[in-house]
Amino acid sequence: MFSLAQTASQVRRDILRMVHAVSSGHPGGSLGCADFFVYMYFERLVYDAKGFSMDGIGEDVFYLSNGHISPVWYSVLARRGFFEISELATFRKISSRLQGHPSVDKKLPGIRVASGSLGQGLSVAIGTALTKKMNRDSHWVYCLMGDGEIQEGQVWEAAMYSGNRGLDNLIAVIDFNNRQIDGDVSQIMGVMPLDEKWKAFGWEVYTMDGHDFSSMRSVMNQIDQNRGNRKPKMIIMKTEMGQGVDFMMGTHKWHGSAPNSEQLELALSQLAETHGDF
Amino acid sequence: MELVNFGNKDTRSGFGEGLRRLGELNPRVVALCADLTGSLKMDAFEKAYPERFFQVGIAEANMMGIAAGMTVGGMIPFTGTFANFSTSRVYDQIRQSIAYSQKNVKICASHAGLTLGEDGATHQVLEDIGMMRMLPNMAVVVPADYQQTLQATLAIANHVGPVYLRFGRPSVPTFIEEDASFVLGRADVLTQGTDVTLIACGHMVWKSLEALKALREIGISAELINMHTIKPLDEAAILKSVTKTGCVVTAEEHMRNGGLGDAVAQVLSRQNPAPQEYVAVNDTFGESGTPMELMTKYGIDTPDIVAAVKRVIVRKPLRM
Repeated sequence: MFSLAQTASQVRRDILRMVHAVSSGHPGGSLGCADFFVYMYFERLVYDAKGFSMDGIGEDVFYLSNGHISPVWYSVLARRGFFEISELATFRKISSRLQGHPSVDKKLPGIRVASGSLGQGLSVAIGTALTKKMNRDSHWVYCLMGDGEIQEGQVWEAAMYSGNRGLDNLIAVIDFNNRQIDGDVSQIMGVMPLDEKWKAFGWEVYTMDGHDFSSMRSVMNQIDQNRGNRKPKMIIMKTEMGQGVDFMMGTHKWHGSAPNSEQLELALSQLAETHGDF
Repeated sequence: MELVNFGNKDTRSGFGEGLRRLGELNPRVVALCADLTGSLKMDAFEKAYPERFFQVGIAEANMMGIAAGMTVGGMIPFTGTFANFSTSRVYDQIRQSIAYSQKNVKICASHAGLTLGEDGATHQVLEDIGMMRMLPNMAVVVPADYQQTLQATLAIANHVGPVYLRFGRPSVPTFIEEDASFVLGRADVLTQGTDVTLIACGHMVWKSLEALKALREIGISAELINMHTIKPLDEAAILKSVTKTGCVVTAEEHMRNGGLGDAVAQVLSRQNPAPQEYVAVNDTFGESGTPMELMTKYGIDTPDIVAAVKRVIVRKPLRM
């Protein structure tokens, strides 16, 4: 058995090798969210990887709104058995089910809505949360968004709806790394104060360290205890873009650029191959 | 078909009645509205099934996303707002979260076209059929009267996949029988004729029936097709009729660009080129006025159909 940290190391290797193979994709945010995805899919979420169903009844439903960090999602889904690990080698290639941004038309198990055009995922998550209530299905609905993404207006329509309707089976997570394509979020179009904004819209706000499994565990436990209190949950998750590769951290440069072969080797030398490369 | 008007009624009320009946027939049907419950005639559903009615406020983008998400778990969402806010305002949400994601959402749009009248061009969307028929996976339905809007509302609940259902504000003649069948994607040939094919949608079908009467008086025999489904288009019905008549006039309350006429032209140009005239709005925005004044000013009234028929007939190649 592998620890979550060991699995995250393999996932980071997958991400780098996937984007390197096609000289495109978004490694920065993917690396930054690797620990979170590993925690979610290896410990937290309730799902049926082999019997994936679009309806997700009796399961937790997870939406990735910032679809450009698809490499981390694909890696974790494959490592959890939603599809063959070897399929990771098809990422962004012609006729692949692993589209640049997640899609459902090619029937990749684990994905329930297309994302990539930003700002849409939270609304979709609201819809599923409402349906879960109608179906008397007590599982959670999650939505991960980027911090730059919340510059989109639709996010605030969704924020207002959830707060007004007391949607307490919805957990939204913001990947708070303060980076977006053109630079620092605080410079491009500041989004602070995050906690006060969401509280003002009627949400219960938590903060957690997206690279510390015990922090994630502790916040999710608190949330479990606050179920049914008529408040949607927002987790502001502090991460570092490029986490795990020293030269990819502390900059927005690796948001959407793939490493060349030399950079790939250097990056991989910092990450242990634990489960075995695809 | 005889020119019998059973009485004027607004098509949006056909939607409202259809939705209310669906509430009873199908427990998976849910309805969402962006602050236009009265205008969309969704009040009866709201009253009867409050637990399945979702008021989202003035936030159409959010409404489309919520509708997409509701399908995950098996609901069949019907969204309701004006046609402009159902399409152009939320095109990317529909494109990514609904059409590309193959979600079973029914986008129901009232106040389409010029005939919402006095509110003017900001609300008079004339591009919606074009936008929606360009989206892969999307079905586009434009019923002709109250009765057909009711039937179409019931029918689209049984079609798996996204649908755009377009109807309007004003009271228009009701002429389709209560027991007439409605099959998504199958055109209704209302009259047989030999000289020209008239293809219309929405309340322009009634205008075409009026035109038919005028045409008969001058000895022109027209075949009228009610093309209530613009996508998937009943190509066989078009080809069968135009093969017989040799020319076609299309009539719609929409821009000439991208609408029913263009859909028909595409079929004919590929399979059986024939002269065609459009009765449609010619690349211009509308303005405030009464529905009738606007129909006249923008060239989509009964005399415009008659004139288009006269123009197209003389363009037919001589038959040896």
